[in-house]
Amino acid sequence: MINTEIEQEMIKPPLPPGPLKWVKENLFSSIFNSVMTVALIPIVFYLLFSVVSWALFSADWRAVTQFPLLYTVGQYPRDQIWRVGVILSSIFLFLGISWGRWGGLLRSISLAAGLVCVVTALLPVQHPQLDQGMRLFLGSNTVMILIGYFIGRIKAVKASVIVVGWLLIPICAVVLLAGIENSELIPNVPTTLWGGLLVTFLLAAGGILLSFPLGVALAFGRRSDLPVLSGFSTIFIEVIRGVPLVTILFMFSIILALFLPVESRIDRLVRALMAVTVFSAAYSAENVRGGLQSVPLGQIEAAKALGMSNLKTTVFIVLPQALRAVLPAIAGQFISLFKDTTLVVIIGINDFLGIGRSIINSDPEFVQLRTEVYIFIALIYWIFSYLMSLASRRLETAMGISDNL
Amino acid sequence: MTNNQPLISDKANIPFYRDERIIKIFAQVLSAVIIVGILIWAIINFFKAADARNMTLTFSFLKESAGFPISNPPIDYDPSMSFARAFQVGLVNTLLVSGLGIIFATIFGTLIALARLSSNWILSRIALVFIEFHRNIPLLVLLFLWYFVVFGMVPQVKESIKWPGPIFLNKRGIYIAWPRLTETGGIFVTMAAIGILVSIIVFIILRKRRKITGKATYYLPASLGLLIVFFLFGWLLSGGTPFQMDIPSFTGINYQGGLRLTPEFAGMFLSLSLYTAAFIAEVVRGGIQAVDKGQIEAARAIGLPPMQVLSLVIMPQALRIIIPPMISQYLNLTKNSSLALAIGFQDVFAVGKIVINQAGRAVPVFALIMLTYLSLSLLTSFVLNIYNRRIQFVTR
Repeated sequence: MINTEIEQEMIKPPLPPGPLKWVKENLFSSIFNSVMTVALIPIVFYLLFSVVSWALFSADWRAVTQFPLLYTVGQYPRDQIWRVGVILSSIFLFLGISWGRWGGLLRSISLAAGLVCVVTALLPVQHPQLDQGMRLFLGSNTVMILIGYFIGRIKAVKASVIVVGWLLIPICAVVLLAGIENSELIPNVPTTLWGGLLVTFLLAAGGILLSFPLGVALAFGRRSDLPVLSGFSTIFIEVIRGVPLVTILFMFSIILALFLPVESRIDRLVRALMAVTVFSAAYSAENVRGGLQSVPLGQIEAAKALGMSNLKTTVFIVLPQALRAVLPAIAGQFISLFKDTTLVVIIGINDFLGIGRSIINSDPEFVQLRTEVYIFIALIYWIFSYLMSLASRRLETAMGISDNL
Repeated sequence: MTNNQPLISDKANIPFYRDERIIKIFAQVLSAVIIVGILIWAIINFFKAADARNMTLTFSFLKESAGFPISNPPIDYDPSMSFARAFQVGLVNTLLVSGLGIIFATIFGTLIALARLSSNWILSRIALVFIEFHRNIPLLVLLFLWYFVVFGMVPQVKESIKWPGPIFLNKRGIYIAWPRLTETGGIFVTMAAIGILVSIIVFIILRKRRKITGKATYYLPASLGLLIVFFLFGWLLSGGTPFQMDIPSFTGINYQGGLRLTPEFAGMFLSLSLYTAAFIAEVVRGGIQAVDKGQIEAARAIGLPPMQVLSLVIMPQALRIIIPPMISQYLNLTKNSSLALAIGFQDVFAVGKIVINQAGRAVPVFALIMLTYLSLSLLTSFVLNIYNRRIQFVTR
């Protein structure tokens, strides 16, 4: 009773503006604004209309739709393709588990991934590469996500176990993809046959996982009071940041071999991964250093006063605060690493963009369809990096770093 | 090495392995040994490989004749000239595309930022779509879109697209009518240069006087007036025709005359500057939004006209936030210009790549390329950092 009385006396916050008021405020607030709105609306509609009508009616998507497997795994032997399937399924399983454990954005990603799988599995089209087995595999991935979800709901499954699982996946994936020599079950597959999205994701994931610890180490090295260590780290960081990624890629693909024993041979893809890692590590190091500088000295003194060792102070006091402060910058660095993996095309590795280019060049007919191919490639890159930036923004809000949104 | 006797005092009986001083020295030596060891190991390997392959490690080859053609060199070049000259051509190309790119990206990026902040919802959304599109696709994909898709659809020479200007567009490039100096043009240019110098000096002196005495010295109209007087004078001295429009004309096979932009240059320039403009737009927007709203309200309250609110209150404060990330965007643009290799634009890196393939002088050529980019980066950040220091808060 009392509550309702108080409610009646309280001044209510203003209602959100109605549609008419919104239009007046945002489109016709002044004469200049009104003129601009009237001029822009037809242009926007014309552009939208021409893009949509081109994409639906006049574009010829053959060069895209004929080769789904080429775009995803490149020339990976078709009879060994189940290995990629196993990796994909385990990723989906862990995605489901993480969804069950943490929810949030992972829920939307899991649902979207499951939906994409189901829709692709049920596509009512005849396609030689979308046979019964492939449809069954795609359908089972949705089941994997759901199984994962219920596993994740079990309280006994600890967060640390899931994180370790996520870290183990790339290692297992590489072993499984490369195969073991003289093995019946998983024979060797040379990396020259790997390609497409598979290589793009391997380079991006590998680059992120390897460059981050290296970057943290370099940041500590630069701040260290040992002149040798800090000098070396500083020169390393500044030189790498001063030259373009293409230079580093060529350096690792041409020059590195000269500085190693003659008999040693490092795989082409590994060299590209090393280049991407080293490049990204230098930038991560500067980001992390910014975070380290932002941790107040009092925190370190307090930790020391409590009798914590140097290592403990660093791991439990300094790093968590430093990384939290520069999370947006680190996320941005990862996104640009993902986009930068395209540069491996220049040293002749068939990543997603490279496969698109070789498909265009494989047939004079497809040269005419390059518009469709490049737009498709741009769209896929756009979706993944947009998802990454969305995830980073959600994470920032969840951690209370950003004040917008 | 760990002679611990004199270091341990009698009072504090710390074992040597817990003495911080000794740990530090030990870590120092250990890290030095590891780093230097790896370097020496690499260098020994390198000399072995160099011996086995008969590689030259000197820069003497730079004087030899290059022997490869470069399409559309911006400065005089032919294959009989030296490798050093070929590098210069590449360097000029790099500087051209990144210099022009920086200017265009700054202007366009600022416009996009203002559009993004506009109170007009549609304009702001258009800017948002532009920014999100360019920020989330790789630069190389954007470059291919411009070079292979947009410039790939351009017609043959005979069916050139004609734009008013006159501008002609075909497979060989973009041809723009361009003013060229006539014989008397030199006088005009000299006069114009003197005029610009004099008006800048007058501007600085009068503005300083204004700042010291507080009296109106009309520094802007005075210097602008001087500039116009000098320009008119130069115009008259040169007989009224300092310039002649060089209009591209069709000669049966190709267009001659005018300013020609190759598709490679145009594709590189457009994709680089549009890509960077999207990032610059976000930097500028962040800077403007970071200015305290109270500052703007206070400026309006004391009766400053809108232009002065922008130039005296918003911009000086926004620039402090904008400049440091802007420097890194400029550096990124310069470094990203090395992607020119992918479409055959002959910048420093592409020329270097040809030399490596031709002559097998991988190491010196690579050292040269890295030094070029390093000095470009250092120079850019040095100049901009001086500017940055000038506009930061002066704390006394």
